Amino acid sequence: MNGKLSEKAEEILEKLWIEVEEEGNFFMDMEKIPLTPDDPVFHELTDWALIEMKDGQVSLRPEGKEEGLKVVRRFRLAERLMMDVFNIRGEAAREKACQLEHLLNEGVDTKVCTLLNHPSTCPHGKPIPPGQCCLEARMSGNLGVVPLTELKANEEGEIAYIQTEDNKKMQKLMAMGVLPGNRIRLTQTFPSYIFIVGFSEFAIDTNMAREIFVRR
Amino acid sequence: MLKFKRTPPCKTSADGCGTCARKVALVGNPNVGKSVLFNALTGAYVTVSNYPGTSVEVARGSVSINGVPCEVIDTPGMYSILPITEEERVAREILLHESPDVVIHVLDARNLERMLSMTLQLIEAGLPVILVVNIMDEAERMGLSIDIPLLQEKLCIPVIGAAAAKKIGLPALKETIAGYVRSKRAVFCYGKRLEADLMEIMALLAGRYAIAKKSLALLLLQRDEEVAGIVRETEGAAFAAIEEKVREKIFARRSSFHLELSLERKAVVKGLMEGVFHTFSKRKPVIGERLSSWAVRPLTGVPLLLAALYFGLYKFVGEFGAGTLVDFLEGTVFEGYISPWMVSLFNWIIPWDILRELFVGEYGIVTLGLRYAIGIILPIVTTFFLFFSILEDSGYFPRLALLVDRVFKKIGLTGRAVIPMVLGFGCDTMATMVTRTLETVRERIIATLLLALAIPCSAQLGVILALLSRFPGALAVWSVCMVLIFLLVGLLASRVVPGESPMFYMELPPMRLPQFSNVLTKTYSRVQWYLVEILPLFILASVLLWLGKVTNFFQTLVLWMKPAMAAIGLPQETAIAFIFGFFRRDYGAAGLYDLQTTGLLDARQLTVAAVTLTLFVPCIAQFLIMQKERGTKVAVAIAVFVSAMAFSCGYFLNKFLLLTGIL
Repeated sequence: MNGKLSEKAEEILEKLWIEVEEEGNFFMDMEKIPLTPDDPVFHELTDWALIEMKDGQVSLRPEGKEEGLKVVRRFRLAERLMMDVFNIRGEAAREKACQLEHLLNEGVDTKVCTLLNHPSTCPHGKPIPPGQCCLEARMSGNLGVVPLTELKANEEGEIAYIQTEDNKKMQKLMAMGVLPGNRIRLTQTFPSYIFIVGFSEFAIDTNMAREIFVRR
Repeated sequence: MLKFKRTPPCKTSADGCGTCARKVALVGNPNVGKSVLFNALTGAYVTVSNYPGTSVEVARGSVSINGVPCEVIDTPGMYSILPITEEERVAREILLHESPDVVIHVLDARNLERMLSMTLQLIEAGLPVILVVNIMDEAERMGLSIDIPLLQEKLCIPVIGAAAAKKIGLPALKETIAGYVRSKRAVFCYGKRLEADLMEIMALLAGRYAIAKKSLALLLLQRDEEVAGIVRETEGAAFAAIEEKVREKIFARRSSFHLELSLERKAVVKGLMEGVFHTFSKRKPVIGERLSSWAVRPLTGVPLLLAALYFGLYKFVGEFGAGTLVDFLEGTVFEGYISPWMVSLFNWIIPWDILRELFVGEYGIVTLGLRYAIGIILPIVTTFFLFFSILEDSGYFPRLALLVDRVFKKIGLTGRAVIPMVLGFGCDTMATMVTRTLETVRERIIATLLLALAIPCSAQLGVILALLSRFPGALAVWSVCMVLIFLLVGLLASRVVPGESPMFYMELPPMRLPQFSNVLTKTYSRVQWYLVEILPLFILASVLLWLGKVTNFFQTLVLWMKPAMAAIGLPQETAIAFIFGFFRRDYGAAGLYDLQTTGLLDARQLTVAAVTLTLFVPCIAQFLIMQKERGTKVAVAIAVFVSAMAFSCGYFLNKFLLLTGIL
């Protein structure tokens, strides 16, 4: 598909896609969207052959489903970005995500998705449709950087970074040899996390384990 | 474990006075063998343990090393020259304020790479460093080899390979200390940008300092308030400019300065390690490691803990210590020989009845004070400390700490608090002192409260176990009460006491077979501390009780307490035990023992009395330590709460038992 859809058209596609793919309906009432046949957006969508209309009911064409999936994916990625990286929550996050999603095309979505380590759900728990990058990552077995809590017992990895706002915690961890580039082997996950760095064994609680990020 | 005496530091230091001893400070990470080395160098004794962070106070010893008079200082463990915990602050204070003539950095050969970073920091600070690569024997067993001469060449400071526990490397170290002359040292460079930043700050530092300016600049950049205070004092008016410059640099590097610095140091260490550190073979898991993995899994760890408690605490301390040994010492030795002999001796030398009472009467110093202290308490405490020392030396406690961390988090503590809690079963006073190893003030307050309230000390425990063992139901009720109150008050305290929630992290030292001599010396020094601390109190208590009896004050006090005793369903004679209990908790429990043998108490009354007395106001010694460690306000608040709690629990337990008729 060449060119770019208008923001309004993208939002309508998003609504329709959720109604059809997630709610399980085949059609959506025109008034509910809301959309009128004399709306330029309606023409835009039908010209692109993304939607069909029959008796005041709108349905998605296969091309529309494909495009809608991408729009939903971009929106949910934008939501994740708001929450995980910018730490913006609630209505403000939603508003900003609505504005941001339209910028996440032409490969920007792939970059954001990789940055977020191919998340599978949005902050509200709805699935984020996987993109090509997610599938490739899954195929290659490269799971990227995960917190220590995601490792299984006896798994090994390289420490990627420490993410904490508490300076003392950071210093303690570094004093224990938890430094980027060091190998770390997790030997136990319950009741506390036990890991080996170098030739020493350490135990830490979940809160600290969550802040050590490891590349598997 | 603890050295309670704090000898004053040598007065003169840097001004080159000839009479003053050479000051030798031992520093290093926790659990690398500083205290072992201290003992080996001085011949004195500091308790050595296989538990990180056990040297709380600074131990000092004067000794002549190869003819040179030295004052050796053992410091609490520190991970870095930038302190985080109280212990680390104490350790650094010595480096900053006492200008030692020799600083011995002790590190663990197995973790050379991780610990060398601190050697760099010490060298960078311009301190006269000797590096001791300790625990070489275990490292070799693990298939590691370290090229000491090469490391020495790279660092430009004396480096000695040692196995302090086996006295290997000790002569070489002594020789080095005696012949130490400050000479050149290696200079390490960081990245260009950091060096430039440091230069800018160093240029502004004009005063004279105990450590090098580069170190100071780095510490300022790491927002070390103590160092900032020293610089402020030294520089006076010029400090404003320094502060401004430091603030500017901190802001420019706000995103990840600590990490960058660590990585820069790591890069330097990597260079040092090249050619120095070799690993040969893959090591096989030894028995200790297998035991360790059992100890840390809930499925095997909990049964292991219960087994340790059953055999160690119940069988060994309870049955052997409080049973067999007490029967022998108190029953045979005191009742059979010492008391009758002393009674006739005092009858012969003291003609006055009243004065005679003071020594050999009902509350006499010999017949009560010494009999309790040596006949009943000593065997129990000794067996407990023996049990504790064995566990400690084996490296079991850190594993127990991680096992209970989740439960302890619920009561506002972390697994780290397991040491004071377990030690509390030996002596609550000693345990209260050890609470200072906990990281936050909040944890310390909660731990102090729980120790004062729900943890019975070994003497008390021994007597109570002996008392209640005749009524299994009573023992069960007592145990359930204690566990419930411990958890309940902990839960409440964690809600009420303000402060940050704690984090748990702990190094797990390798598990090993306890060394017999080590266990013995540790037990000995603890028992010695205990006796020195309690014997005077027992004698004082005897004197006061005697005074009370002579002046009829106690009869009055017992009458006053009659309503309180009646409220919890106890005969008024029990009041005596409670009055004893104020002097020492175990003393009170032992008083109960006397009452029970005369048949004054039935099972219900005994249970209520035991519960109330266990919860009751800590002994005088513990109160004094609470006041010293936590301040008067907190100590008084805890004492009031504990007393109220004890009597209300006694009251409700009595009502409950009467109502249900369980006992």
